[in-house]
Amino acid sequence: MATIHVDGKEYEVDGSDNLLHACLSLGLNIPYFCWHPALGSVGACRQCAVKQFKDADDTRGRLVMSCLTSATTGTYISITDPEAVAFRASVDEFLMANHPHDCPVCEEGGHCHLQDMTVMTGHSLRRYHFTKRTHLNQDLGPFINHEMNRCIACYRCDRFYREYAGGTDFGVFGAHDNVYFGRPTPGTLENEFSGNLTEVCPTGVFTDKTHSERYVRKWDMQYAPSVCMHCSLGCNVSPGERYGEIRRIENRYNGTINHYFLCDRGRFGYGYTNRKDRPRVAFIAQDGKLAQASTEDARARLGGLLRGAKHVVGIGSPRASLESNFALRELVGAENFFDGHSDAEHVLVAQAIAILRDGPVASTTLKALESGDAALVLGEDVMQTAPRAALSLRQAARGLGQKLLAQQKLQHWQAGALENLAQDHYNPIFVTATHATRLDPIATETCRAAVEDQARLGLAVAHFIDPAAPAVAGLDAATEARAQRIAECLLAAERPLVVSGTGAGSAEILQAAANVAWALHARGKTVGFFLAFPEANSFGLGLMDARPLGEALDALANGAAEVAIVVENDLFRRAPTARVEAALDKARLVVVDHQDTPTTRHAEVLLPAATVFEGDGTVVNNEGRAQRYFQVFDTAYYHPDIATTESWRWLRRLLSDVRGDGHDASTFDEVSSACAAVLPQFTAITKAAPQAKFRILGLKAARTPHRYSGRTAMRANLSVHEPRASQDADSPLAFSMEGFNGTGTDNTPADQRPGALVSYAWAPGWNSPQAWNKFQDEVGGHLRGGDPGVHLFTANTQASTTYFTHIPAAFVVDNTTPRVVALPQIFGSELLSSRAEPVASRITEAYVAMNGTLAATLSLAEHDSVAVTIAGSVLSLPVRISDALPDGIIGVPDGAPGIPRIATGAQATLKVGAAA
Amino acid sequence: MNDIKRILIGFWSNLVTLWLIFAHLWRHKDTVNYPEEMPYLPPRYRGRIILTRDPDGDERCVACNLCAAVCPVGCISLQKAERPEDGRWYPEWFRINFSRCIYCGFCEEACPTAAIQLTPDFELAEYDRQNMVYEKEHLLISGTGKYHDYNFYRVAGMSIAGKPKGAAESEAQPIDVKSLLP
Ligand code: SF4
Ligand code: SF4
Ligand code: SF4
Ligand code: SF4
Ligand code: FES
Repeated sequence: MATIHVDGKEYEVDGSDNLLHACLSLGLNIPYFCWHPALGSVGACRQCAVKQFKDADDTRGRLVMSCLTSATTGTYISITDPEAVAFRASVDEFLMANHPHDCPVCEEGGHCHLQDMTVMTGHSLRRYHFTKRTHLNQDLGPFINHEMNRCIACYRCDRFYREYAGGTDFGVFGAHDNVYFGRPTPGTLENEFSGNLTEVCPTGVFTDKTHSERYVRKWDMQYAPSVCMHCSLGCNVSPGERYGEIRRIENRYNGTINHYFLCDRGRFGYGYTNRKDRPRVAFIAQDGKLAQASTEDARARLGGLLRGAKHVVGIGSPRASLESNFALRELVGAENFFDGHSDAEHVLVAQAIAILRDGPVASTTLKALESGDAALVLGEDVMQTAPRAALSLRQAARGLGQKLLAQQKLQHWQAGALENLAQDHYNPIFVTATHATRLDPIATETCRAAVEDQARLGLAVAHFIDPAAPAVAGLDAATEARAQRIAECLLAAERPLVVSGTGAGSAEILQAAANVAWALHARGKTVGFFLAFPEANSFGLGLMDARPLGEALDALANGAAEVAIVVENDLFRRAPTARVEAALDKARLVVVDHQDTPTTRHAEVLLPAATVFEGDGTVVNNEGRAQRYFQVFDTAYYHPDIATTESWRWLRRLLSDVRGDGHDASTFDEVSSACAAVLPQFTAITKAAPQAKFRILGLKAARTPHRYSGRTAMRANLSVHEPRASQDADSPLAFSMEGFNGTGTDNTPADQRPGALVSYAWAPGWNSPQAWNKFQDEVGGHLRGGDPGVHLFTANTQASTTYFTHIPAAFVVDNTTPRVVALPQIFGSELLSSRAEPVASRITEAYVAMNGTLAATLSLAEHDSVAVTIAGSVLSLPVRISDALPDGIIGVPDGAPGIPRIATGAQATLKVGAAA
Repeated sequence: MNDIKRILIGFWSNLVTLWLIFAHLWRHKDTVNYPEEMPYLPPRYRGRIILTRDPDGDERCVACNLCAAVCPVGCISLQKAERPEDGRWYPEWFRINFSRCIYCGFCEEACPTAAIQLTPDFELAEYDRQNMVYEKEHLLISGTGKYHDYNFYRVAGMSIAGKPKGAAESEAQPIDVKSLLP
């Protein structure tokens, strides 16, 4: 703690911060550009100048950059000093000298930090009338627009992209006032976190191209606190809607999860919700085809179907909310409720949950990963399966720089010094995988082997850490030595990390990871343990202890069950086609989904479900944190004939039809409380967010900024008589600008907005994402109203460490029937995002990867076509030679067009030449 | 005593009023025989709103949404689109609900391109309120309106077909990044 004096007032601040950070945390406004809470200070823009005085008696003072000055005790500064004010205004004027006359046609306009700072510094009149410098733009691919004229050379983009995110295809070019920020040559930005440039850049140089076509200003969109559905991490997002379409995803700050950054799958994968081919009304099969039907007809048909059926099974989904899965379980009965994962994933998810819930080490958070100082990534290709975690792991690796800074007695925010000191030195990270991963460039050591061998390595590491953990017999000397190296390194670390997950498709990998984490725990280490799960709500569905899907398919195929209700799931992604078809051909199928999938085409009745943006729900992320997502907009407002609603609401309606009790208007809180009451593992979910009756100063929280325009015109084409604004019985949010829109203050808890109810970043004078600093307890810290989400269980520290003792046998290479592994892909593996046009355009073409040895035995060269037979289906695929693959293993990209879902450990035969 | 004084004052004030009204018989008349006779309205009178074109005949509106944001009754709504052939921003549709408009002229003041303008036409009455909802085809005229010369794209830095980077007013030729010359 330090005491500083700002404009004659005394404040207590954290002395290790810089003055800018400290003043912003106090709620004082100092304009700035180049400083960013996650990127530190470089002093490039000179916008943050304040007057510093020697002591209380000094009246002359001198200008200093607040972002480069420590907030030590006895600091006297003035923000409002006339000289400092004039200096800041002139800095802004200089930055604007070459600025184009673009605001009306600039997609940053209305949430532009440069606009905000120009207003804040008071620069309002252009005095520079000479010619302006111009730049040519680059095509940066389907995600990002480039408009270099608007650059103010703050260097944030470069620092984020190259240093923070590890991108290699971007940089600063040119010299003096000509500097250019872009790629060496035009082309798609390769880094998986490129989308953050749109928020990191304080101007309109980088904007969201996916938003461009249907652009609207930030103030014109309706928002709700939401959760990303594209992997298990549950990053918080702020989706914006206008005229009944989702227009953009922005990051929503959560100080324990994603804080300032998202991955590109999460940011640009929203297009599935706007697809024209989505079911938006009910459908009933007629003459083998689905035909539109009214909700009443569909319900009448379903009521008859369900009442008449002897045995109904319900199949849930890891991409549906807890409430939807629960409502299905309620409708069909617990004994008829089946897991929506594939059978292999069912086992993996159960294993991962058991490890985290019953073991002595609970999951760490995404944010906490960043403070690790050594890591073992066991078998999980995090960049492809849980991308945001790879960014956090990179920060753990970069943490070495912080140690070096501390040794030099420098401050943690001195970003320039950090880069010079750290160069390419990282904290140790060990990566094991079947194939090359995007973490390899920062890895100390990589191990590429079959999952059994990776698991054996992991188990050996655990044994070296704690001899009580089982030893692995028969390891070769190199592996033995490697295991010892890893063990020593993890033991030497202050905060070792163990990262793994279900992505490798191996329970043995999960067990090995658990052994390592538990061994470190047993040795008294504070270990950060992190497991990635298959999908957004895999953890939640796994906790419901449903029976495996295969049993439901068997029951349907052999006639034991006659009706199947499938909720938000495409069974063809979960089991082999023949098996699913055998079941669905016999069954009478009811599907509730928001996408048109091969499964919906078999339906007798199809009910249109809401996407995450159109309904309320709770999902449980990979750390066991239940998070609420809120409905962003009312679909019926612009299109009264649309019948989409949450699956849980459909299922509750069906329940009331079956029971005939007429109670078909369940609210979210009813369903969620029922879930919490019936299943004790979910007791905490009702605390994930305030319930519908919650009010702040007597108000609901507003979903739209107060400047929201066109309220009396946007629907006037339908009718000039405006309907009442849609009412929301399910949440404490209003479909309107009428409601609480404040950021809350420290001293009056009455106006505190719970973190779970912050829909978007805005504060008076702060329209850009920089406004998050107004919501945080300290800049870059936690939300003042609490980071959203609750953990469903706390660490079971009392649990004794009972190591897994099963040691898998080593992998036996067999190049005649090599093992096929599905290589997870950030773009393509996840269903919903791959249905968004911009993401779809980034999905790789199908190929088969193999190492040079195998290719040579088959006399294959790169790009040659080879017929691959996997589980009976023959695919003709071009060859990619990659020596990162071990012997006896071939890889195909998961989710590439034409590639079926590959079962774990599937064997393949290869035939040279195109398929017959 | 006070009551009598008040009655007298009241009486006097009524007489003055009567006299003033009577005197108006000889004053110049402000009312006209509308609609047979049309009053003169200055060009800057704030009546029916139009969307104008730039001097080159292209749509001026760039769909920046500022008019909609400033409108106190929220009666303007539009959607931005980009013309594939030349990259110009334009409103895909543009709607004003004149049954809500209060003719304050804020939209015209906010417009950075001089596209939206108020005109002296005030005859907007309709039997059916729905007819007061004007779409772009009802709003867009073929001329420049009150401001004849302004063409936003000549000053804006964004390039469009026919106006590459460096071709706008007061713009230097694009930088050659590879040059190290001062
Ligand atoms: S970057 Fe900001 S200031 Fe510059 S043109 Fe865009 S909106 Fe205007
Ligand atoms: S492109 Fe944006 S982030 Fe990069 S230097 Fe320019 S203004 Fe800063
Ligand atoms: S890491 Fe996962 S949850 Fe986070 S933004 Fe990416 S896809 Fe979404
Ligand atoms: S302010 Fe002018 S340019 Fe902008 S949307 Fe309105 S009419 Fe168009
Ligand atoms: S923010 Fe301090 S110099 Fe840029």
